[in-house]
This record gives sequence, C-alpha cells and structure tokens, in this order.
Amino acid sequence: MAGIETVLSVENLSVRMGQTGLTVVDRLDFALPAGEMLALVGESGSGKTMAARSVLGLLPPPFMATPESRIRFRGTDLVSAPPETLRQIRGAGIGMVFQEPMVSLNPAMTIGRQMAEGLALHRKLGKAEIRDMSLAMLERIRIQDPARCLAAFPHEFSGGMRQRIMLASVMLLKPALLIADEPTTALDTLIQRDVLDLMVELTQENNTAVLLISHDLGMVSHYVRNVVVMHKGRAVEHGDSREVLHAPKHDYTRRLVDALPRRSAGGSRSGGAPAEPLIELKDVVIDYPGRARLFGRAEGKRAVHGVDLAINRGETLALVGASGSGKTTLGRAIVGLVTPSSGTMAFRGAPLAYRSDAGGRALRQAIQIVFQDPYSSLDPRQRIAGIVGEPLKLDPALDRAQRQARVEEVFAEVGLAPELADRFPHQLSGGQRQRVAIARAIVSRPAFVVADEPVSALDMTVQKQILKLFRDLQARYGFACLFVSHDLGAVEQVADRVAVMENGRIVETGTRDDVFDRPEHPYTRRLLDAAMLLDRTFAGADGAGGSRLLSGTAGS
Amino acid sequence: MIARAFGLPALRFNGLIGVLVVGLLLLVAVFGPWLAPYDPLKLDLMARFQGPSAAHLLGADEFGRDLLSRLIHGARTSAWIAFATVVFAIVFGTVLGVLAGFLRGWTDRILMMVNDALLAFPGLLLALGFMAVFGASRNGIIVALGIAYMPVAVRVVRGTVLSIREREFVEASRVIGNSGVVTMLRHVLPNCLAPIMVLATTMFGWVVLSESALSFLGLGVPPPAPSWGNMLSTGRPYINQAPYIIILPGLCISITLLGVNLLGDAVRDWLDPKMQD
Amino acid sequence: MVRFLLTRIATAIPTLFLVSVTVFALMRAIPGDPAALMLGDLAQPGQLEALRAEMGLDQPIIVQYLYWLGDVLSGDFGRSIATRQPVLPLMLDRFSVSATIVLVAVFFATLIAVPAGMFAAWRQNRAGDIAVIATSTLLLSIPSFWLGLMLLLIFGLQLGWLPVVGYVPFSRDFGSALLYIILPVVTLVLVESGSITRMARASTIEVARLEYITHARAKGLSEATVMWRHAFKNAFAPTLTLIGLVLGSLLANIAVIETVFTIPGLGRLLVDGIYARDYPVVQGCMLFTAFLYVVVNLLVDLLYPLLDPRVTA
Repeated sequence: MAGIETVLSVENLSVRMGQTGLTVVDRLDFALPAGEMLALVGESGSGKTMAARSVLGLLPPPFMATPESRIRFRGTDLVSAPPETLRQIRGAGIGMVFQEPMVSLNPAMTIGRQMAEGLALHRKLGKAEIRDMSLAMLERIRIQDPARCLAAFPHEFSGGMRQRIMLASVMLLKPALLIADEPTTALDTLIQRDVLDLMVELTQENNTAVLLISHDLGMVSHYVRNVVVMHKGRAVEHGDSREVLHAPKHDYTRRLVDALPRRSAGGSRSGGAPAEPLIELKDVVIDYPGRARLFGRAEGKRAVHGVDLAINRGETLALVGASGSGKTTLGRAIVGLVTPSSGTMAFRGAPLAYRSDAGGRALRQAIQIVFQDPYSSLDPRQRIAGIVGEPLKLDPALDRAQRQARVEEVFAEVGLAPELADRFPHQLSGGQRQRVAIARAIVSRPAFVVADEPVSALDMTVQKQILKLFRDLQARYGFACLFVSHDLGAVEQVADRVAVMENGRIVETGTRDDVFDRPEHPYTRRLLDAAMLLDRTFAGADGAGGSRLLSGTAGS
Repeated sequence: MIARAFGLPALRFNGLIGVLVVGLLLLVAVFGPWLAPYDPLKLDLMARFQGPSAAHLLGADEFGRDLLSRLIHGARTSAWIAFATVVFAIVFGTVLGVLAGFLRGWTDRILMMVNDALLAFPGLLLALGFMAVFGASRNGIIVALGIAYMPVAVRVVRGTVLSIREREFVEASRVIGNSGVVTMLRHVLPNCLAPIMVLATTMFGWVVLSESALSFLGLGVPPPAPSWGNMLSTGRPYINQAPYIIILPGLCISITLLGVNLLGDAVRDWLDPKMQD
Repeated sequence: MVRFLLTRIATAIPTLFLVSVTVFALMRAIPGDPAALMLGDLAQPGQLEALRAEMGLDQPIIVQYLYWLGDVLSGDFGRSIATRQPVLPLMLDRFSVSATIVLVAVFFATLIAVPAGMFAAWRQNRAGDIAVIATSTLLLSIPSFWLGLMLLLIFGLQLGWLPVVGYVPFSRDFGSALLYIILPVVTLVLVESGSITRMARASTIEVARLEYITHARAKGLSEATVMWRHAFKNAFAPTLTLIGLVLGSLLANIAVIETVFTIPGLGRLLVDGIYARDYPVVQGCMLFTAFLYVVVNLLVDLLYPLLDPRVTA
C-alpha cells in the first residue's frame, strides 16, 4: 500500500433511523486506494445503498450516520464536516451515478444545462469553455451529434443513453472518487456491458477510484477485485472477489454464491423422447394499435413479425431477448391477453381460441401464466387462499370441500405455510408472493404455463429457490412451459430448448446446450458475451466439472 | 412509511378532531328536534336582537327567533343536503364511471365528452343554472349540486378503473377464465372503493360550502326555514347592530368544513399509505 | 410542438359546443314562457303569438338552437328582458369589474401560496411545515362570504379604515378604486391561498423524492439552488393547473363576494338575472363564464410544455 494514497476510508460506519431507531448499517469498515475499484455487494435491505449515500451526506431523513462513524475523504472527515465543506466535495471530489436513468436526470432541463451545472459551480469556467468541454466529453462517449444532444431534454434518450450521459456529466469534473449505485441494474444485458465498460474506461483515464454498489456478485467479480459482501447492515466478508467466489467463508456469502445461476446437472431433457408439439405458432404477427386520436388513431407498432414456434409436451422452452424484442407480447398472446393480427396458434392440434363456452373454459384451465411482478399480479384485497382457489371456482365439478382440499394440497406443494391462507398479499415477502402466483397458475393442473420473467423482480437467493420450485413442479406435473426472460443465467438453469428473439423475430432456436455452447446467430453470441460468462474454474464450489457460472442480471 | 414509523402525532390528532367534529354534526343533525330549546320558526318580537341570556343561550335574531335552535336546525339542513347530494353524485358517478372505464370505445368517448362539457362549468355556475330551473328549494339543491358534482365522480372513478384494469392481477383474472363482468365486480370495483371513499369525504365538504353559498345568495334553502347560509344572508343588514347573528352561523360552517377537511386528510392517509406526506 | 398546440386547441371545440347545448337546454327548461315573461301583465290577445313568432319560439327546438348559436357566434347575445339593453356590452362591462378583482387576487394568492408551500415541503414534518399546513387547512375551511363579512365588520364598520360597500373603476379614480377593492381582494387571497399552498407543498414533496433532486445535491449545489432550479419548475406544473381551475371557478363563485361587498360584477348580474327570470342575461352569463373557463384551462395546457417538455412527446 505504501505510496498509494487512500482516497476513501470508512471506519465504524453505522447508519440509524433517527438517534436510536433501526440500524441499517452496522459498524462498517473499508478503505479505497486512489484509482482502484471496490464493490459493496448485497441483496435488498443489506444497507449497501445507505452506506454509499452516507459518504456524500445524502441519506434520506430521518436516516443518519452515528457520531462515532468516520468517513475520511483524502483526510477530511465527512461525518463531522460542515455543510459548506460537504458541498465543495460533492461533484468536484466525489461524483455519484444513480440507478434509475429514467428519474435521475431533471426532465425539465436540457442535457447541456445539467452538464454545465457542476463545471460552473466548481471550476468557475466561462460559458464557451464549458460548452467546449461538454461537447468533447459527449464525443468521447461516442454520442452522435453532441451539439444536438446538449440542446435536448432527457426524455428524448433511451435508458442506456441517459446513463452514459449521466456518467459523462459526472466525469467531466474528474472526481477522485466515483460512487456508482447499481448503475446498470435497470438496463438490458447488452447495454449493461457497454455502460460498465465505459465507466471503467473513463475512471481509469482520470485515475478515479470507484465505489460500486451492486446486488450482482457475478457481474462484480468480472470488473472489481475488491469486494465487501453485506448482509443486514453488516460486512460479512471482505476480500478478493475471486477468492470470495471460490471459497466463501461466511454462511451468507456461500448462499449468495450458491444462488449464482449454473447449469442444471443432467443436461438437456429434450432429444430423448420423440417431440410431440403441444403448442404450435405459425407466422404469428402482433401489432399494437396506436393511441386513439380525435379522428382515427395514430399509427401502431408491430411487436412480433411472423413468428413460428413449437413447444413440446413437458418441455421448457426459454424465449430470450432484450426489452422491446416482443418476447413478452408473444407470451401474452398465447394466454389470450393479446390478439395476433394474423397467423395461427394451435393447442393440441386444435386452433387456440378462447371462447366463453365450456371448451373455452377448459382451455383457460389448461393454459396459465405467472407474471413478472408479484406485487401487482395479486389482488391486494383478496386473501391468499381466495387467490389460489379462485380458478377452481370455475370448475362446476368441484364442491367447496374439494376446492379447499385442493388449495391446501397446492399450498404444500409450493412451500407456503398453511397459516398464510388468511393473509393479504401485502403481508407477504416477494418470494412468498411469487409462490402464491405459481400456486394460482398450477392449481387447475394446466398442461402449459407461460412464465413471464418470473424471478427478475426477486433477490438472488430467492430467485434460486423459485427456479428450483418451478423445476420440481414441472417434474411432478409434467406441464410444458414457455419461460420468457432476459436473464441468461436463469434460462440456463431451467430451459430444455432456447429461442432467441430480436426485434420481433426469432433469430435462433436450439437445445440449451447448442445455443449456449455453439451459438450460431451473431446476436446470440453478443448476448452470451454480454452476460459475462465466468470462467469454468470459478465454479469451484459446485464441484461438478461440467457446470459453469453465469452472471445473473436481475431487475429491469 | 418513514413518517408513519416516526409517528406524526399532529396528523393523528387532526384525524381525531375531524372524526369528533363530523360525528358531532351528525349527532346534532339526527337529534336536533330534541336538542333545540325552541321552535326555530317561533317569532318573539319582545326578544328581537336580544344578546345571549338564560332564556336564549346564544341570543335571538331580528325576529326574536332563538339563535341556538336555528343553528341546530341549520346543522340538520346542511348535513341532510350534503349527505343526500354526495350519495346522489357518488352513486350515479360510480355507475357511469365504471361503465365508461369498463366498456371503453365509443361509450367511453361519448360519456366523457358530455362529462367534460359539464366539467367546463366552473364552481357554482352549473348549480346556479339548475337553481334557475328548479327555483330555490331543498330538493332542488340536492339535484342541482348532485348533477354539478357528479362529473367529478365520473372522472375519478373512470380514471381509477382504467388504471386498475392495467394491473396484472386483472389480467390474471382473465387468464383464469373469469368473465369480464366477474373480473369487474370481484377485482376492479373493490379496488376502486378507497379513492371513492376519499372523494366522498372531500365532496361532503364541497357540498356544505356550496349549499351555504347558494343559500347566502338566496338561491338555496328558502327562508324562513333555517340554514346557516340563509341566516348569514337575512342577518346581513343587522351586521353592525347585532354582529353575533352572522358571526355564529359562519363559525358553524367553518368548524364543520375544518372537521371535514381534517377527516378527509385522515381518510386519505389511512386508505393510501403512499399518499401520506 | 405545433401539432400538440393545434390538437389541444381542437379538443376544446366539441366541449364548447356541448356547453352551448347544455346552457340552451337549461334555459328552455326554466318554467314559464319567455315571451309571456317579456310582455308582463299588459299583454293583449294576439300580441303573445306575434312576439313568439318574432322570437322564433314557434320553430322546432333544434332550429331555435341553431338560430341562437348563429346569433351568439356573431356576438349577439340578445337583449335583457328587464332593461332591454343588449346583453353582450352589459356582460363585458360587468366582467371588467369581476376580472380585476379575480386576477389581482389570484396573482397575490399565487405569490404567497407557492413559496409558502415549497417552504413547507422543504421543512417537511417540522415546525414550519406544520404551521403552514395548519394555516392553509384553516383558510381552506372558511367560506369566503363569511370571511368577507367579518373583514367588513372589523375594518369597515368597527375600525372604519376601509369603505364598506361599492366599487370605483380604476379608470375613474385610482386611489379610491384601490381602497374599494382591498377588502374583496384580501378575502379571496386568504381563501384561495389555502388550496394552492397545499397543492404546492404536495407536489414539491413528490418531486423532492425523485432521484434527480438527490443527483443535484450530489453535484454540490446549495439547497436554495436545488429547490429553485431543480424542484420548482417540476413541482410548479401541477400547481399551475390548479391555479387555472381556481381562476376559472372564481369567475363563477365571485357572485358571493360581490353580494357581500355590493359590487356590480358579472356574478351579481347572473344572480340578479336568475331572480328576475331575465333568461337572455342568465344564458349569456353562463355561456360567457364557461367559455372563459375553457379558455383559461386551455391556456394553462398550452403553457404546460414550458414546465414539462415531456407532454409534447
């Protein structure tokens, strides 16, 4: 360490709600040398964001750092510093990049004015100089037409572009430390990689140290050497990211490493039994109507362009693609939430049509869906038992006692405690809610389930449990599944076959091992590349030589 | 959430005051005839402009009528009119709003066009127009204010229906196989109740205020029947001579509105923790 | 942008059309024959029929509406039954009185209420905030006509500082005009600033939660700059909409204030018209007020993109 200045040292940092309330960060210690990167890794509620915000004194009230905490930035203690000193350090000495690109730029101010603000405040430069510097920076991050960009408002850019612009505006001041709070969690896999690469490039050019906050141990280990794993406010493990991955010492870290997606043993199930198509889509086209105007309507948008797809009995087909690729729309069309403009869909050889007669009802029971967001997919005013049992009410053959027996049975199968039956959804955790959603989908013993990003709203360790549950249920009931996801890690765990979708078209279909190991289409290759497959040797904890670790990319 | 954990005693205290004031108003309204010491219409020329005394606790007005009795009967008038109007506006508004939000398409467009036209009459204007048709009368006010406030309810209910039907649990209900009507009744409508209750509470305050304004203008409750608004109007010439004749009815209106406003804030916070600030 | 403006203006046209239908239908629903009302008790036999024919009352109702609409569009609102004066000049004359009071009041109410609301939001849940909310909730609960009467009682009658009733146009005598409008304006400012303050506070709190405010703080900007440059513009947008609504509804509710202070304004003209069953005046006032309200809201919507550039997208 000799010779290298320590930019940030955090000692005994505790963050509490008010003077005596709940402790969200508990005696945290770490140091960050100049120009280096350090990651705080943890799941929601671990206190990682609170720890990062306390560095800049930006804790949301009533949270505050205790007076015993020490946060030294180049020797200055930030906990006891007067507001004026803090303001001089913010932006100039320590820059910060936020998670949600949609809400972290002011929608009512042009990009140019927002970029100029920091320079005008801390460097006291003239307008022309600021403009030149901003233009040069935008050019540096490869924005087309930088002059137009300066005059534009944030809503004119995509999430990835906004995140690059925010990074650029922060790095304009060449701070000694950059705090990046989940900077890519809200972005698509491909774009995540671009933004992270750009962040590393820019900070290395300026010898800026980086404090990266992330929930994603896989991604972090790819970029950062030094990690602090946090759990319930405490640092449970601290060290070299490869060592943490290889040989986690703490129990929680082990669980976190275990939760990293890896390919299920036994390989792909398809290829054995003769394929028997359950669902067949032919040349399906789906358009979204434009907004209704006073006269007529605006031009619509084509989400799916002529897709052919077959899903066999009992198999899991993963539909993979970036947001806006049309994968979710296709899944919704199969369950009848969207009507295709043309093409045919067949179920067990008969046309897939949801009518309101007995045949249509039987179809409804045979085809189910699990939605992405367990917070909005359950009716907040219904009790859990009511939610799970509702599909059974439509089956006239069942009486009340039979329905209740079946609900209890399903509760046990999805691992829900019986006492949760009388609760309301808001009283349950995210993982429990998703179990409820799965229970509702399988209670009528469907032959086919669409799972629309079923784990991407959940914490990593919970994701792992839910994916395992899904596989177990599938083994028991033998339902086929369309697993819609942008998360290659999750896909690798559950899929038998994989279809890759780009801009409304399916560009590649094949068995899981073929697609992951021998991708043919360049887009598939880019996706896999961006998913930052970790080296095989990283998976030491797993033991099985054939398994591999992938970085998950939860949340979107 | 943070505010709740930290406890804002002031907010809870406010809600309590709101409940007390509105509860008192309703009690006085229901039991008014037994509480009032005199017939509110009984003239007593000997007692004209008499200040507060043992015989007339709050004094007597320009015709010697007992002010306390008139205020109690005024509460009855205000509460009844406000209650009936809110029920009228909310029931019809909910039915139309649900229809518009549920059927969408042309039904929605036509309903909303008419609704927007009614909303284009600001404040009391539409009610004044209806009072011109009905003439000053109790039931006239209920219908006039009911029609005037109904478009607000239509708009709120329709907006809520539209936002709830976008939620995934409504789609889940369709995938299960529930019909549109079952989905509406079992999943959409119950989730609209919270905003409707908040609106109903707020609207109660609007109606109390509007009724007293109409009565003050002479286009509401016709004298000699007592209402707080027409007491202000008939007492106005004697403002200098006997100020309490107009101070007291106004105070009653203000306290009622304060109670309703506090109750409205409390109901909103209680039903929607996210809106708590 | 141009497209946004034109679309927004175009949507006001069907609304205005339906407003005119509503007003026409309401006036026709008033019991009594307008022609008989006009003639009073002195009608000779045959005179009534002649007048009905002259007024077009013997035509089918749709034809009557179209004639009336045509007249209104060309600026002819008919003549008052009571005074035989043309309605339009009468309304414009009275409107100038009401508009002065309303505009001055809303201007001052905004000037006081918006900073007060932002201050309260900034000091959220602390003493200053609680004081502001308490005051604005109290003001919100006082009926304007009673507050007006109380101010009149105290400052006009008891203290004798200000004139009690009446109105002097600014064009005639600026000084005394000012004295005459102080009480009505103060009444309206007090009553209306309650709701505006609460709205400004709520929307500022909403905005202050967003990440770009934290981002602005993370740049090292001072609290004042953060509030003014980043929070104000975004928080003011919903408040502006409310101010438009307040402005419009005051044009109708001004009748009660004009009654308290005996001011010859548009509201009073309408109410007196209702008393006298002077239906051309009532019709004219209702249509004119609703028209103004639609226009005010339209203007607010057209200003909106200045505060939030996203709406034109």
